[in-house]
Amino acid sequence: MFDIFLDDAPALVVVLPLLISAIIAFISSKIWPWIISIITLLLHLFLSLHLLKEISVSGLIIYEFGNWQPPWGISFKIDGVNIGLQLLFSIFVLVSTFYSRKIFLNEIDYRDSGKAYSLWLLAVGSLNGIILTNDIFNLFVFLEISALASISLIALGAGQNRKALLAAFNYLIIGAIGATFYVIGVGFAYAMTGTLNMNDLVIQLAQYSDGQLAIFAGMSFMLIGLMVKAAIFPVHIWLPPAYSYAPSAVSTLLAALATKTILYFFVRLLYEVFIIYPSYLSLFLDFVLYPLSLLAIFIGTVIAIYQDDIKKLLAFSSIAQIGYITLAFSLKDHIGVASGFVHIFNHALIKGGLFMAVGYFAILYKDRVTLNSLKGFGYKYPITSFALLICGLSLIGLPLTNGFISKLYLFQALYTNQMYFSIALVAVSSALAVVYFWKIVEQMWFSEIKFKSEKEDAYIYLPIWIVTISIIVFGIYSTPIIEFSNLSADYLISGYQN
Amino acid sequence: MSNSFLIILGIITPLFAALFSYVCRYNNNLRDSFGIIGGLITFVISLKIFHGIQNNEVYQITFFTLFDGVDFAFKVSALGSIFSLVASSLWILASIYTIGYMRGAGEKNQTRFVIFYSIAIHAALAIAWSGNLLVLFIFYEILTFSTFPLVGHKQNAESQSAGRLYLSILVGTSLIFFLPAIFWIWLKTGTLDFQDGGILMNKFPAEYLSFLIAMLVFGIGKAAIMPIHRWLPAAMVAPTPVSALLHAVAVVKAGVFSFLVVVVYIVGPDFLLQTKGSDWLVWLACFTIMASSIIAITKDDLKARLAYSTISQLSYIILGAALASSLALKGASFHIITHALGKITLFFCAGAIYVTAHIKKVSDLKGMGYKLPLIFFAYTLGALSIIGVPPFIGSWSKFYLIMGSIEREFIIVAIILGISSLLNIYYLLQPVVIGFTQNSKKEIKLSKAPLTVWPPLITGLGCLVFFFYANYFLNNISGVIVN
Repeated sequence: MFDIFLDDAPALVVVLPLLISAIIAFISSKIWPWIISIITLLLHLFLSLHLLKEISVSGLIIYEFGNWQPPWGISFKIDGVNIGLQLLFSIFVLVSTFYSRKIFLNEIDYRDSGKAYSLWLLAVGSLNGIILTNDIFNLFVFLEISALASISLIALGAGQNRKALLAAFNYLIIGAIGATFYVIGVGFAYAMTGTLNMNDLVIQLAQYSDGQLAIFAGMSFMLIGLMVKAAIFPVHIWLPPAYSYAPSAVSTLLAALATKTILYFFVRLLYEVFIIYPSYLSLFLDFVLYPLSLLAIFIGTVIAIYQDDIKKLLAFSSIAQIGYITLAFSLKDHIGVASGFVHIFNHALIKGGLFMAVGYFAILYKDRVTLNSLKGFGYKYPITSFALLICGLSLIGLPLTNGFISKLYLFQALYTNQMYFSIALVAVSSALAVVYFWKIVEQMWFSEIKFKSEKEDAYIYLPIWIVTISIIVFGIYSTPIIEFSNLSADYLISGYQN
Repeated sequence: MSNSFLIILGIITPLFAALFSYVCRYNNNLRDSFGIIGGLITFVISLKIFHGIQNNEVYQITFFTLFDGVDFAFKVSALGSIFSLVASSLWILASIYTIGYMRGAGEKNQTRFVIFYSIAIHAALAIAWSGNLLVLFIFYEILTFSTFPLVGHKQNAESQSAGRLYLSILVGTSLIFFLPAIFWIWLKTGTLDFQDGGILMNKFPAEYLSFLIAMLVFGIGKAAIMPIHRWLPAAMVAPTPVSALLHAVAVVKAGVFSFLVVVVYIVGPDFLLQTKGSDWLVWLACFTIMASSIIAITKDDLKARLAYSTISQLSYIILGAALASSLALKGASFHIITHALGKITLFFCAGAIYVTAHIKKVSDLKGMGYKLPLIFFAYTLGALSIIGVPPFIGSWSKFYLIMGSIEREFIIVAIILGISSLLNIYYLLQPVVIGFTQNSKKEIKLSKAPLTVWPPLITGLGCLVFFFYANYFLNNISGVIVN
């Protein structure tokens, strides 16, 4: 019986959360929306594993909606590039949903929990759509759904702090500008080629082999739109307030996955489609993305040092970390792209773990978590604090954590490209990361205030520790992440080198 | 017992000591005894390994692969066997001393202190026995982080800012210079394993070697070469047992040990001699020796003076490594032992004077020699050893260093070493002179802390006795360095 559904697995991973989200919006119960979401996401994980099995046999799945052939119909594509991300997405969403229940109950009215989980699943489904879609206009649709869902989720934080509304509004406006840019670009591309399917687009674009101004303009519009959405410096300003005023569970989901999925599509667009204009591509990578990445790394880190609000501090550190990823993607070779993917995986875990731990502190402290408010938390809540410590050490990039593996491959990529200045900058910025992270540690363990340890909620610290342990495991046994990243780079870069 | 099991046992014993100290935190005597027991166990193991290395036994164990060509592995080198022997033997005495000092000075949070003290020793031993440069780096960082709570122990504004300085300099330099240098070596050679004769020959471009050496010597901030030395005087706000064992032995020696290991087992002395990639470092080391000696003279605070003396003495070892001739390396390696023994004696005495008479300044020592004769006797022994007067053990390492500089035809360096000895005499013996010649008008009430008196006497006499058994250590050293 299941087999009928399994054939449609690529569609179901997206459609299932979207469908269920429509249903649970009307349930006003404390626990049922959560239980239904967990069941949905377990199925989601099962489907993702099924896709992995399929991919390991066939290597490529093109799913055509309603059996409409591209370029007329919408299609999803699953190949080596996105299967690793799909798995990470599925697993992390499940863990963070598990974590989210008690957090939501504390931060929002329990009668709203149905609506919250409805938006949650909406965000999950649409973000998953971004990972799978093979159609540039369909991507716009998913971008918009995910943006609207995330904005509403962020606005739920208004019960705690009214500034959440402003943050959500900011995101709405800036996100809309980004989406508009993107869709204008899509319009240009459609006008020139008459297609929206990515595979077909490559074929159609080939007729303009010298390139045309309209095409370059369209490409630029699309890239800038995506840069806004992926919070690449300097169009990142929506991100810190959005992450820091959202309810804690929401910031976990967004920080770990939202920008990562868009970055993934960004790099896929670059190396799968725009690759047919190598001169344009290298112009963009060398003179736009590369310098912006360096600036992001440096400025993001420096601003993070001066933050008092912990969630904002983590958000600015995210800006810098996105800079590491785009720096790797701007290198145009296999090892560079692979190291970018390594950091996508690792940083999703690290930042997810950090936001989870800080989010729990926000619940316990019942106010915004600032440096001052963390005083003595290391003794008061040792289990969560210790997880935070490990995630933070991984953020700095110390050996035996997965952050070190990221840094190792990034250094290797930069070294083979002889970018010694970037190496120096990355080294300096990881040393500066010690400064902002140690400020937290100092408050937690070495302030004059002492507490007796208090009971911590196992429903919350178990998911935190699952993430933390995965950080250590992938620091010691990094093969799965490296394999998936190499696979992604293989698929993307083979086109470039031909 | 199998050889690999010995390594594991030696490395985890301090961790168990820390754990048991925590479990028995409500019984002070029991809690503090685990440091001594752990010290005894690790000392016996280190001694056994030391003899095993002399008999060409191999001690190694591999746990898992971290990435291509780099395992999480331990392998005891000849240098490592010496460092571990020094650290573990002095840990026993320092544990006894700690009990006397911490109770005598009435310090708070003694349990936390004991725990992190043990963890620091664990890291030092793991550094000594690490099988490759990355494992060394991991425990180098653990050593930094585990000593941070000890430096900031008093939790007042002064110790907090000192702790920050300590951490930011040590972690900062290691992340900015040391780790990229490690990556660089790995990218060029594909391995980070310690091998006799080094791994860089024919694989690393000779013209960049000076640059690599600079990244390493500045990246290993624990070696405290100028201008990366500020953390060491700042760290003196810590209770004296920390200054004694960690900032005269474990931490700073881990720094110079790391650098020596890099020179001997990664870069290779032959490669250095061929390319002269470290000759510039000889002059920087000489500058550090002279400058910190001069600063030491101006310091009235006894511990600050000893800290600058440590900076100066550490640069002796850097100097020996930079000279890279066999005699100089012999002297540098031996200096790890001799300086450890001498300097821990001096710090023990400084702490004992503080606990018994509450004096921190050299100028306040007037007449104290007659009141605290045993402490001053031990202090004199330690000072004479560091100055390098025969028959004290310190004279050997200085002798070899001077020979090494003459061997490399750096005559000026030999002269600088001589001048530095004269300065040593002045600033190290001045407290003794003040203590015995001038009379104090103030009446000072002495409190009793017998446990702080015996450890410096033992180490001080050790400086004298081991002069006659120097070959016992030198055999191990020369077996490796002189190929």
